[in-house]
This record gives sequence, structure tokens and C-alpha cells, in this order.
Amino acid sequence: MSAGDSMLETRDVVKHFPLNDKVFGSSGVIHAVDGVSITLREGEVLGVVGESGCGKSTLSNMIMLLDEPTSGQIYFRGQDTATFTKDERFVYRRQVQMVFQDTFGSLNPRMTIQDVLTEPYTLHRDVVPKEQWDDKVRELLALVGLDPTHANRYPHQFSGGQRQRICIARALALDPQVLVCDEPVSALDVSVQAQIINLLKDLQQRLGLSYIFVAHDLSVVRQIADRIAVMYLGEVVEYGDEADVLLHPSHPYTQALVSALPTADATGAVTGKRIVLSGDLPSPANPPEGCRFRTRCWMAQPKCEAEKPALIDRGTGRPAACHFVTSDPAAPAAF
Amino acid sequence: MTDQVLAIDDLQVEFRTEEGVVKAVDGVGYALGKGEVLAVLGESGSGKTVHARAIMRILDSPPAFITNGTVRLGDIELLTLDEDDMREVRGSRVAMLFQDPHTALDPVFTVGDQLMELLRERRKMSRGQAREESLALLQRVGIPDARDRLDAFPHQLSGGIAQRVMVAMAVALEPEVLLADEPTSSLDVTVQAQVLELLGSLVAETEMSMVLITHNLAVAVGLAQRIAVMYAGRIVELGPARDVYTTPKHPYTAGLLRSIPDIQVREERLPGIAGSPPNLLKLPTGCAFSPRCPLADDRCRTEVPAFFAVGPDRWSACFHPDEVQR
Repeated sequence: MSAGDSMLETRDVVKHFPLNDKVFGSSGVIHAVDGVSITLREGEVLGVVGESGCGKSTLSNMIMLLDEPTSGQIYFRGQDTATFTKDERFVYRRQVQMVFQDTFGSLNPRMTIQDVLTEPYTLHRDVVPKEQWDDKVRELLALVGLDPTHANRYPHQFSGGQRQRICIARALALDPQVLVCDEPVSALDVSVQAQIINLLKDLQQRLGLSYIFVAHDLSVVRQIADRIAVMYLGEVVEYGDEADVLLHPSHPYTQALVSALPTADATGAVTGKRIVLSGDLPSPANPPEGCRFRTRCWMAQPKCEAEKPALIDRGTGRPAACHFVTSDPAAPAAF
Repeated sequence: MTDQVLAIDDLQVEFRTEEGVVKAVDGVGYALGKGEVLAVLGESGSGKTVHARAIMRILDSPPAFITNGTVRLGDIELLTLDEDDMREVRGSRVAMLFQDPHTALDPVFTVGDQLMELLRERRKMSRGQAREESLALLQRVGIPDARDRLDAFPHQLSGGIAQRVMVAMAVALEPEVLLADEPTSSLDVTVQAQVLELLGSLVAETEMSMVLITHNLAVAVGLAQRIAVMYAGRIVELGPARDVYTTPKHPYTAGLLRSIPDIQVREERLPGIAGSPPNLLKLPTGCAFSPRCPLADDRCRTEVPAFFAVGPDRWSACFHPDEVQR
């Protein structure tokens, strides 16, 4: 297997949560993820961006095998994860690890850092022999930039950024190939956020890891992702190389997301034309017919309701799910 | 300054905890002009929220105690007001907008009930008047189908709409000063843009002044005329928003500016700020920022820098303001 080969792949993955409200008698399904096909190549960082409710966390839960897809497949190194035997699942769980947003919730307050970092070895017994655990803990702490002598401290004795370093060390304890990072820096202060992004970049290069990097902050994703999938209401609306997607967004939703970033240039002047989307995210229990973004889109036409735009390349070199994307740079879709 | 609305001087708030006394706000002072937007910028633990809650006198005491300072709103001193008089001031003269609208709204009453209660209690309006005024307020903050929303419960509202309702409640009694505490931080970016636009237009249309508490420099520079940067309970830099942004005079401000990732530029390494945010229980001697500061020398580690004037209307609590590089 060489760099660029598919490490993880979702094919037309769907997750519908049944809505059975006994009190109010409503029923139906929440369309959390609706037909998502993305590929994480070996050694790359795939950014998954979107706002709350777009399905990005449900997608990572399915990749972690925490939620079962309603339909569709997830492939790991070419093998369908649904066909995994118990042993294969166990190995998969070692090779694909997760880093969460909330460092308080994901570290047990009663466990020392030593306990936190060796717990994976109590489950996966053949990875590191017990007499080497202490060495391994020191090695992991040094790897993420923490003082190895602090192994006997408790999570509350560390700052938020340091706790996220501990979570990253735990995710690396079993020498995984893939990290699924779900909003890993959004709970951190900006001055600390930069350190964690740098650490994740370093580790990815040094250890040859592949990341799925789920985030809502496009400027953060710009710093680390190689390719980006933009999600809206359970679907991918644009998918391509990071610089193409973020600097020359072709889907109107991506354009709105990029323009909504509060940015100012070196003179302090607020830059760019801000596209303020009207309205709110429609309910995922009842997504709009046709294009799901059309209810908030300034370019929506009757065609958008009648015909769902496919996620295909319309001459821009990358797929986008909008009827009005063209390859003509003189007539960009929205600006 | 002409038409000064709010003047704060040497405000100090301490938290008496089991582990020790924490000076969350340590000598904050500024003056706010009529119609001005002042952004108070800082990271968690900087004291930016505590200072606003001290102005509103809504700190939980204990553990929090206001130990010093004055807060003058027009002709009255807020810190010595008795609780009954303070209740009259809250909402009608100084109002606060919180980060999370869904915890600030009461889940068991409709939006209309909550707005009408405010108007009937404080404005002595009749039921009918209050309902009409509530409707007008919801329309003013740009809520679509405002009439239907009056009868909606908070859980039926999206974050953006719920925050607009909170804005409507905050401005209902036409306060002179609005303290907006991270008003958009819990919202999605596309909705953030809507709410920021709303706040900007409210300030422009009325003579209301606003203290915008935020951790986001770009938000601050887009909406505020002046920026105050807080670190470890103190204001470390204060000046016109553009000047602070383009030529910071405190190394912490400069570090913050460098830490913000730019969507236009992919950096090999982001130049953040070294080290961890300060532990207020164990503040270093001298300047609180000195352990993380590239410019720190022996004097910085022993002596707390005073707030120096470093230009017209510009102040910095740093011994080396001219060596600061953006």
C-alpha cells in the first residue's frame, strides 16, 4: 500500500434516526447523514466542515463504528467494516482512534495521567508488555510536549490545552494509523489553539498518520487539511483540495461560509463582501425537496426545487452540488 | 470625552475559594462614551465576563466579592446602590446579553410571556399594549413571522432566533448601556454574521452604548470603535480598534493577533503564544504575561508595569511598548 491509496472510505453512507415522540405523537426520521461518499487517502488530512446539525459528528461516529449506518458501507483499507469479525473489529478500534472537543468530559477526573495513558494497554494486551508501560507513558508525554514527570498528576491539574495534549497522547498509545479529530481545538483559547494545531501537524508528519479533521472553523481547517468536504444538512455539497475549496469556493453555501468569517485585513478594515444568509437551517426531519440549500440560497430557481443537483464536477475540477456552478472564472457562481 | 455614559475606575473583584483568594478583576477602569462600542477582548480567565457581571451586580457572592472601585452610570454610583434600586437600573439603564440564549430564556414560558412580563412589570403596560410592543420588538430584531414566534417556546427556536429574542429583551427598556457577553460565540458562523449585523444596526440607530465582550479580535475590530485587551484580570492595552489591531503596543495583543489562523494563508507553523494561560492562584511576580513574553527582562519579572500612555488615546501596561512586533 502506498501513499495516496484509500485508507478509509464511506460509500453512500446514510444515517436516519427514527423520531418516535410518544408525548406529542410525532413520527418520522431525522436525516442526519444522507448519502455521503468521502475517501481518506493514506497520509492525508481530510477536513470535514459544516455548521451544527450538518451531520459531521454522526459521520465520525459511524466511522468509529459507534453508530451503524442505515445504509451504505464504510471501507477500511478496502475491506467493508460491516463484514468485520469480532477480532477484526478489535484491531480496527486500535488503528482508528478519536480525539474529542471536550477535554473535561473525555478524561476521567479520578484517573492519573499514567492510568489514562495505560488504560488502552489493559484492553489491547499484546501491544506493550506491562514492564514497558512506564517507559511508554514517558515517551508519549514527551511526544505531545508535556513534562514526563507529571504522569502522576490528575486531569484537573492541567490547563485546557495540556488536557488536549493528554487526549492526543492517549489516542496515539496504540500506534494507530488514523485519527478522527472531532473539533479538537474549538474549546481552546486562540493562543493555545495554535499550539495544538502545530502539534497535530507535527505528529501527522512524523508518524505518517492520516486524519479526518472535523471542524466548523474554516481558518483552522485551512492550516491543516489537504482536502475538504463541506457538508450541509447531511450531504456533501463541495469536495476538493483545500486551497481550491476555501479560496475559490464554487458552491453558494461554501461561499457564504467563507464570507461569514469575521476577517479584517492588516489595516483593520473588514474585508470581503459578507454574504449574510437569510433564515435558519431547515429541520433535518423534513429537509427541503431538491437542493437542500435552496431555502437559504440567494440564487435559488424553480429548477433547484424540481431537480436535486448531483455532486459532480461541472468544470471546476472538483465536485459541487449546485446547478449553477460553471468553470468560467469570469462568471463565478455568486460574487 | 463628550457625553460619557459609563465610567469605571479601579474595579477589583476577588473570588474567595478553598484553594485561596483569586483576583479575577484587578483594577479595571475605562470610560464609555454615548453611542460608543468598546470591545473587551480576552481569553478564558482574563476577567472580562466577571467585570461585566460586577457592573450588573449579578455575581454570586460568595465566592465573589467586589472589593474596590467605582462604577458610575450617568449620575449614579452602581456599586453602592441598594438592591431595590439596582433592580430598577438593571434592564432599564444597563442591560446584559449572554452567550447562550437557551439557558437565559425560561423554558416553560413562551417568548411572548417573557417579553410581556418585562414590559408589564417595568413599563406598567396593559396586556394588550405589552403584546403589541413585544411584537414590534421581535420585528425590530428581524425575526421572521414574529406574530407566530410570540407563542413559541424557547426550545422551538434555533440558536440564532433565540439570540435575537434575547436582544429584543435586552433593548426592550431602551437601556443606555448594553453589556454583550460573547453574544455570538455559541452560534454558527453564518448566524453569527446575522446577529453581529443586528447589534451594529441597533447601536447605529439608537444612542445606546455597548460593551462587547469577546475573544474574537476580528469581531471586535468589525464592530467596536475602541478595544480593551484583558489579561489575568487587568486591562493591558486600550486604544482605537484599528490602531490596536494594526500596531499593537502590548506583546500579548500581538501574540493574539499572530495566533489567529488566516484563511488566506496556510502556515507551516502557526506562531501562537508559548506556555499556558496564567493560573490566577499562582500569578508570577512582576508582569503576569512575563513568563510567556518574548520581550520579558528582569524588570518585567519583578515589577508590575503601570498603564502607560503610549500615544494619543492609547495605553499599554508594558515596559517595552515600542519593541512590540505585530
